[in-house]
Amino acid sequence: MTTQRASARRKQALAAAAVVAGLLTTAACGGGSDSTSEAGYDAANNKVVNAAATKGGTLKFAGAQDGDSWDTTRSYYGFAWNFMRYYSRQLVTYKTEPGRAGAGLQPDLATDLGKVTDGGRTYTFTLRAGSTWEDGRPITAKDVKYGIERQWAQDVLSGGPVYLKDILDPDGAYPGPYQDESADKLGLKAIETPDDTTIVFRLPQPNSDFPQMLAMPSASPVRQDKDTKSKYGLHPFSSGPYKFESYEPGKSLELVRNTQWKEASDPVRKAYPDTVAVTFFSNANDLDQRLIAGDYDLDLSQTGLSPQGRQTALKQHKGNLDNPVSGYVRYAAFPQNVKPFDNEHCRKAVIHGADHVSLQTARGGPVAGGDIGTNMLPGSIPGNEGQKYDPYAIAGADKSGNIAKAKEELAACGKPNGFDTTIAVRNNKPVEVATAQSLQASLKKIGINAQIDQYDGAQTSGIVGSPANVEKKGYGIVIDGWAADFPSVQGFGRPLWDGKYVLESANNNYALIKDPAIDELFDAYAKELDEGTKARMATQINHKVMEGGYYLPFTYEKYLNWRSGRLTNVYMTDAYNGYDFVNLGLKPSK
Amino acid sequence: MITGRREAPAPVIRGRPKAVLAYLIRRLFAAAVMLVVIIMVVFGIFYLVPKWAGVDIAASFVGKQADPAAVEAVREKLGLSDPVHLQAWGFFKGIFTGRTYATGGDVVHCSAPCFGYSFKSEQAVWPVLTDRFPVTLGLALGAAVLWLVFGVAAGVLSALKRGSLWDRSAMVVALAGVSLPIYFTGMLSLATFAFGLKWFDAQYVPFGRSPGGWFGGMILPWITLAFLYAAMYARITRATMMEVLGEDYIRTARAKGLREQTVIGKHAMRSTMTPILTMLGMDLGALIGGAILTESTFNLPGLGQAVLNAIRNQDLPIILGVVLITSLSVLLANLAVDVLYAVIDPRVRLT
Repeated sequence: MTTQRASARRKQALAAAAVVAGLLTTAACGGGSDSTSEAGYDAANNKVVNAAATKGGTLKFAGAQDGDSWDTTRSYYGFAWNFMRYYSRQLVTYKTEPGRAGAGLQPDLATDLGKVTDGGRTYTFTLRAGSTWEDGRPITAKDVKYGIERQWAQDVLSGGPVYLKDILDPDGAYPGPYQDESADKLGLKAIETPDDTTIVFRLPQPNSDFPQMLAMPSASPVRQDKDTKSKYGLHPFSSGPYKFESYEPGKSLELVRNTQWKEASDPVRKAYPDTVAVTFFSNANDLDQRLIAGDYDLDLSQTGLSPQGRQTALKQHKGNLDNPVSGYVRYAAFPQNVKPFDNEHCRKAVIHGADHVSLQTARGGPVAGGDIGTNMLPGSIPGNEGQKYDPYAIAGADKSGNIAKAKEELAACGKPNGFDTTIAVRNNKPVEVATAQSLQASLKKIGINAQIDQYDGAQTSGIVGSPANVEKKGYGIVIDGWAADFPSVQGFGRPLWDGKYVLESANNNYALIKDPAIDELFDAYAKELDEGTKARMATQINHKVMEGGYYLPFTYEKYLNWRSGRLTNVYMTDAYNGYDFVNLGLKPSK
Repeated sequence: MITGRREAPAPVIRGRPKAVLAYLIRRLFAAAVMLVVIIMVVFGIFYLVPKWAGVDIAASFVGKQADPAAVEAVREKLGLSDPVHLQAWGFFKGIFTGRTYATGGDVVHCSAPCFGYSFKSEQAVWPVLTDRFPVTLGLALGAAVLWLVFGVAAGVLSALKRGSLWDRSAMVVALAGVSLPIYFTGMLSLATFAFGLKWFDAQYVPFGRSPGGWFGGMILPWITLAFLYAAMYARITRATMMEVLGEDYIRTARAKGLREQTVIGKHAMRSTMTPILTMLGMDLGALIGGAILTESTFNLPGLGQAVLNAIRNQDLPIILGVVLITSLSVLLANLAVDVLYAVIDPRVRLT
């Protein structure tokens, strides 16, 4: 299938890449002045830039990859969840406010955040009047129930989160709406719809993060007669202010106003632009240049500029850049089924021996890589203490590594002369491999000889996600990263640290933590309804994880994101760790 | 009987329609057999390689917390749990009779010609191919015109003025063209002409929306792609032309007192074109199957871009579809070339 004669020219290619990098950084001078922002560097990180209520115009997104699916049930990409608020509504959703406040919940289709009764087992919501589908028919409680039921049809609608399914039907008794024997296909017992505006959820076990799960797009209403099943993602039926005009996967996507949507029925969405257009690019450098040139307003995937675009933008358009956290903690985990990492002192030897500054540099430095990570709870999760909690002096006295302390731990582990091990790292991102090489170099100084094994990043679940395979391959150190599905210690840490979540494949608890104290804290957290107490529990869980020495955190990842000067109401939200798409507007064109 | 000193690539008869028809049918039949073999090989690769590598395609289509039942259900839905010969047979049958997919209460009928559904986007493959084909065809044909005109002309001039300044500089440029990869020349031309000088917008616009916009968007990709090929064609033309000019019949033609224009244009060019045509057939055929690097550098929504995404997403149906188009176009282009030999070079004709 290779069609062009470009093989066996590695040397030229390398030289070529260097020349191109140089040219690209100089050639794109003086990009469109109308896109330059006066707001200044990092201005939309924690506050609103260009607050305005002007309507009209076409908001232009540029994306280096298409969404995994635009079906609200099937997506697991953060940017897709963010984008889905244009054409889908939920009972509750995230506040349209900058920074940490944006991770709080507010009512959307529902009139309030729900009445919680029965010790946290029952949630009752009343639907707001006047909310309609794109054909003008009202959105009913049954539509919400049907939309949620679709999560059960994993055989047809795979790919999305299944929190509601796991919590409402832990034994998997309901077969899903497509194999539902009941006439109305609403056979799920755990959700009741006594009338069109009331919906009642009955949880077998309380879970205090339940409203967070209702804020995910996978809890959006879907109308049964408009459900095209596996094809739904090609043209979802809108409950929000915009509807699908056209979608060509991998090419473009265009939303236009849903004329049936009424602003009075929606306390969240302002619907400023007339059209929301997305163009997909296969050349990420070209995408960056076109953002800088002012052809597009912002990046759809919200993962930051590439290294070349970064250089140009920092030199010439610094005021158009924001430098937020991505929500990811980057780290190394130590699987306890690989010797000698069953011994906590050997794990701690690696933590003390690592050169944290050089790891940060390998990840791109403080701006493009992020701040040095000192513990495992990222800044957007309630209960986090940021760099103030630093039990291994990672960002403090020992930030370049403490060889003496590392050797003490090695002696306590019974390996005073070090040992051999293997670092597993995904091969599809150069920065990951650079991190592994940096770690390898600093471990050499304390006598730990680490081989680097690069694996296919698309196959994570079967390679490092299989504890048996990890043991067989001797992966003592697994390099990875993690972000929360919803902003709580449960949404972030339960799959990583709860002993009940150790799986045979697609395991995420790489370190195989089975600490009854941590498990009990998670159970107690799920039952606790008080937010202050929940935050304190999150802090405790984080401390337990750090004390066990299961992880070496690298960075609280940051990226550099482009914000066109045309945009109004721009701010970063902790809910999506990117610009909040739904209320972006455009300055009137001159 | 074949006349002429060189062995002809393929015998074609002019003026005897029956024989021509039989020949064409034979070639088309061989092409069909070839396509079947190619489908089998692609299926085999998709079936066997994940097994050897110990990876699971179905697992990449479920969410972050995939339980084994969901993975199994996806495997069932994608048809990956069937034995490989059943998968291949289902695919063949679908092309001619259509197919009905039924999983988990979702019943979808895919009418003939059915090439299946994308694993990733759930689009039917056939419309994706027909939608993206014109983009690639436009790129390939436009570039071919450029590289033929400039490559062959440069090659002929170099051959005629061997050792001159023109010859040397043309061949240096050609060498650069052959050795610089598309992602270098492509990025360079974008940086210079699109972002630096702003001569071209270099963004793809469908022909139907604006022919002028389409043309403007295609100029850089055409030139970039043609640069690579023109360089090769120039070198081949130069070498062949020099060889031909040394032949006896050229000396005879000159001795007869024919004008140099006629000697070169009518006699030498015909022989020179034969290897050029052979190359053109293969190159054009392969390009029509997707100019992967050019399309991804210039964000052209053609078959090459589709197949690159499909490979990233392990999207077997799209990969199969593009492979089939590529194979088919290579086969057809070669057939067309064989027929054209007879037109260009009289020595190839049967007497």
